Amino acid sequence: MNPIIQFLFKLGSPHWFYRATGWLVPVFAVLTLGFISWGLIEGLLFAPMDAKQGNSFRIIYIHVPSSFVALSCYYMMATLAAVYLIWRTKMAEIILRCCAVIGASMTFISLITGAIWGKPTWGTWWVWDARVTSMLVLFFIYMGIYALSKAYEREELGSKAAAILALVGTINIPIIYWSVDWWFALHQGATLKLTEKSAMESSMLFPLLIMIIGTYCLYILLILLHSRAEIIRCEQRKSWVKELIK
Amino acid sequence: MNRTPSTLHACWQLFQCESKLLIRRPMDIFNPLLFGFLVALMFPLGLGPSPAELAKLSSGLVWIIALLSCLLATDQLFRDDFDDGSLALWLLSPQPMYFLVMTRIFVHWLASGFVIALVSPVLAIMLNMPMQAIPALFLSLLIGSVTLIFIGAIGAALTVGLKNSSLLLTLIILPLYVPVLIVGAAGVQAAAQGMDVLSYLAILAAFMCLAVSLAPLAIYGGLKINLDAG
Repeated sequence: MNPIIQFLFKLGSPHWFYRATGWLVPVFAVLTLGFISWGLIEGLLFAPMDAKQGNSFRIIYIHVPSSFVALSCYYMMATLAAVYLIWRTKMAEIILRCCAVIGASMTFISLITGAIWGKPTWGTWWVWDARVTSMLVLFFIYMGIYALSKAYEREELGSKAAAILALVGTINIPIIYWSVDWWFALHQGATLKLTEKSAMESSMLFPLLIMIIGTYCLYILLILLHSRAEIIRCEQRKSWVKELIK
Repeated sequence: MNRTPSTLHACWQLFQCESKLLIRRPMDIFNPLLFGFLVALMFPLGLGPSPAELAKLSSGLVWIIALLSCLLATDQLFRDDFDDGSLALWLLSPQPMYFLVMTRIFVHWLASGFVIALVSPVLAIMLNMPMQAIPALFLSLLIGSVTLIFIGAIGAALTVGLKNSSLLLTLIILPLYVPVLIVGAAGVQAAAQGMDVLSYLAILAAFMCLAVSLAPLAIYGGLKINLDAG
């Protein structure tokens, strides 16, 4: 058999996944810690102050990376949903459930940091701006998927329902983004724009890139930890888990 | 000898059967309407009776009322057929589920979305909407409610086997209603200001085509999960 296909088959087995990813956890823990502390030190201490927003702009180093991850998490979840519905891969199901939780948390962080950033720059905690609104819709979609996956008594059915909803959301999310953008353009009364998006100064941009890498590492780390815990929980009656715990 | 009736014939029979059921239980049609009028009563009580204020908000308000009534009506869509086992028989029948589901939802739309669109001018007058916006309201609801019902049916199919599912249904379906609400309400608003509404109706029609062609696949998947055949 083709070695790539063989690898993918193995990846689908929880036992193999658990054993094969054990060494990845410390690696990503170190990477996450390194990148995030480097990015935060660079961003909070060494990056120059913004001419218009002063120090308050520094929350960008948390806000933007978490928004990035919140969005890409959805694409990962949708891909896994398709894989799960087509091939019934056990691992896809487990990671799918983790993605819903982690994606919702990242969206929540992005919304909260946005609100905190909004207070000094816009003068108000909450503005019905296009991006804020679509982020809020995304948060509700994540929560809907999570709630549906937990609603069934049999977990497997819950995952299947959640996977279908995730795929429906995949078709809907681009339409939602487009329509919310269009809605905002239509209703834009008082312009509450951020300072015009000038090209970011490289000394400000560099910590942001580091933070984005760091947050992606954190995301992978969270997925690994969460899915490994889920594997143990799902397979608790299997002999290999009993041996592991003993 | 092949005794299987053609798909068209099966859909027609299903249509007749479901229509008869609806006519014999007229409260299923009236309840969402009553709900709509009740909500329409709440808005002036909460927002104040000033006609100018209501006129300004009316396009969005009527659309929100229609959206909520469609959603509430959808909760029961597959419930009875699921409980008495008819859905399991659909799955076993040689007819494609895609078309059976589509027919079933079409009948449901006639009894909910279509009726709501029919009475929407009354709601609009109660909320003091400008007269020139009312034809646009009717047309946009006529087209938009098809999308609302088909998307709602996805939620109904995914939650049909659960107890107390109506809140969960709302939670998973309302975010998906965002584009329809935005375009529909904006179209009525445009008509109230005397602008052309054709482009809005065209976008709503595009949503409708997308929903009618793709939603039955998700609905079929959801029903299969709940019938434990997924």
